[in-house]
Amino acid sequence: MPTIAEKQAVLIDEFTFFDEWMDKYNHIIEMGKALPVLDELDKNDDLLVQGCQSKVWLKAEKQGDCVRFWADADAIIAKGIVAMLIDVFDNQPAKEVAAADLGFLEEIGLKDHLSPTRANGLMSMIKQMKFYALAFGGAN
Amino acid sequence: MSYDVQAIRQQFPILHQQVHGRPLVYLDNAATAQKPLAVIEAITNFYTKDNANVHRGVHTLSQRSTDAMEAVRAAVCAHINAREVGEIIFTRGITDSINTVAFGMGALIQPHQNVVITALEHHSNIVPWQMLCERSGAALRYIPMNDKGELNLSTLDALVDENTAIVAFNHISNALGTINPVKLILERAKAVGAWTLVDGAQSGPHAKVDVQDWDVDFFTLSSHKMYGPTGLGVLYGKRERLEALPPYQGGGEMIATVTMEKSTYADIPHKFEAGTPHIEGIIGFGAALSYINSVGIEAIAAHEAALLDYATKTLSTIDGFRIIGTATKKASVISFLVDGTHPYDLGVLLDQQGIAVRTGQHCTQPIMDQFCIAGTARASFAMYNTFEEIDLFKAALERAVTMLR
Repeated sequence: MPTIAEKQAVLIDEFTFFDEWMDKYNHIIEMGKALPVLDELDKNDDLLVQGCQSKVWLKAEKQGDCVRFWADADAIIAKGIVAMLIDVFDNQPAKEVAAADLGFLEEIGLKDHLSPTRANGLMSMIKQMKFYALAFGGAN
Repeated sequence: MSYDVQAIRQQFPILHQQVHGRPLVYLDNAATAQKPLAVIEAITNFYTKDNANVHRGVHTLSQRSTDAMEAVRAAVCAHINAREVGEIIFTRGITDSINTVAFGMGALIQPHQNVVITALEHHSNIVPWQMLCERSGAALRYIPMNDKGELNLSTLDALVDENTAIVAFNHISNALGTINPVKLILERAKAVGAWTLVDGAQSGPHAKVDVQDWDVDFFTLSSHKMYGPTGLGVLYGKRERLEALPPYQGGGEMIATVTMEKSTYADIPHKFEAGTPHIEGIIGFGAALSYINSVGIEAIAAHEAALLDYATKTLSTIDGFRIIGTATKKASVISFLVDGTHPYDLGVLLDQQGIAVRTGQHCTQPIMDQFCIAGTARASFAMYNTFEEIDLFKAALERAVTMLR
């Protein structure tokens, strides 16, 4: 299993391949389309990530020392962004997720590119994933 | 003389730029319109030569500022055909204008009375009335709309009755573009003795309004939607209504005499203009009004109607393109969805291609709820938009839809 750092390096590689933001968005959209859909029952208000402009549902489970993540969104770009985060964080040790530095978001330019509202949404998704990791024993 | 859109575009410096490497196509005019050079220069000129506080001080600059501001009041008075300049109040915007009336009515309305608005209103013409009704115990009623986004007027006589204190509604819907039958609604309101308020946020830039012909009690305008500065609105009110209405805010400028025990209020319009006004904004708005009149509001409206017609036809050829709000009488607004896509995603991918549209609920959550949708994307046209821009918009939209599906 590749580490969080290795996963980020792969994403950076993928995105540096594209010069145009339309192509980067296309890649994000494809990642969103490839993300397994969440069960309709899981799309409830309890799993809604607060602070996103579109609706984003995030589900997490503890498996051993690791955290599993699933997500869905009503808008595909938001879904693509959460898919990238899941790609990096899913099935990683809770401790690693809680402590991780997501430098790839800056490297691929996403952080600077998003409007303030959308950047806040991205931060809310990351915060929510880290909260789950902490709750699942990633604190120590 | 034919409509020279290129000459008009030359007057709007902001339009001549690239966004994400593409020429800017600005289609968010219902949110705010861009400003012509005449407005920008009027503001620069004011701060370069004339800036001083108004209505006080005998020095030359103060006199110039006061004269310039009062000349704009007279221009607005003429523009909407009010009886006298005292009936023109400068506010912070339409939200402020409506709150001024709704707050003042708190002292006049009785618990058994009702307030009638419509299902087509912007939040700014809903929330102040909800607050008034909560404070006073009066009931709030809505004239419903059909699935084309037109008001269902068969309910009018039942909803507007002898207990109606005020009927408040917009001339043109910002979310759907519907042009409401103003005179018909006003007639019913007047027949039962109710006060009336028409929100002219969207009509200001597109239509000529004559408040005496309408015989409306209150009418509101927004400067920034009429190519003028932000932070400024107009509240027109009939003299007798403004005299009956208690002031909304206290402070300087709005008083006749002040002692520590009691103050008496100035005559209208000053009674409703507490504090130093938005002088620069008022002067800029004056320049915007002159600019609109130099192009001609009928010519602008005809150009926009042609753009709306062309855009409606050409965009409708996109597979799954759906217009929300298909009223027979419509202003230059297209609120839309494309099957299989989310409006937020469309907004992002259009922006990447230089096209500025609005996405979301457009401050009209109840309208979106009635259509059972989370929001729409909205393109709205102004005097400087072109048919070529609609072609660019369509091509960009098609590309976005292909990526999203």
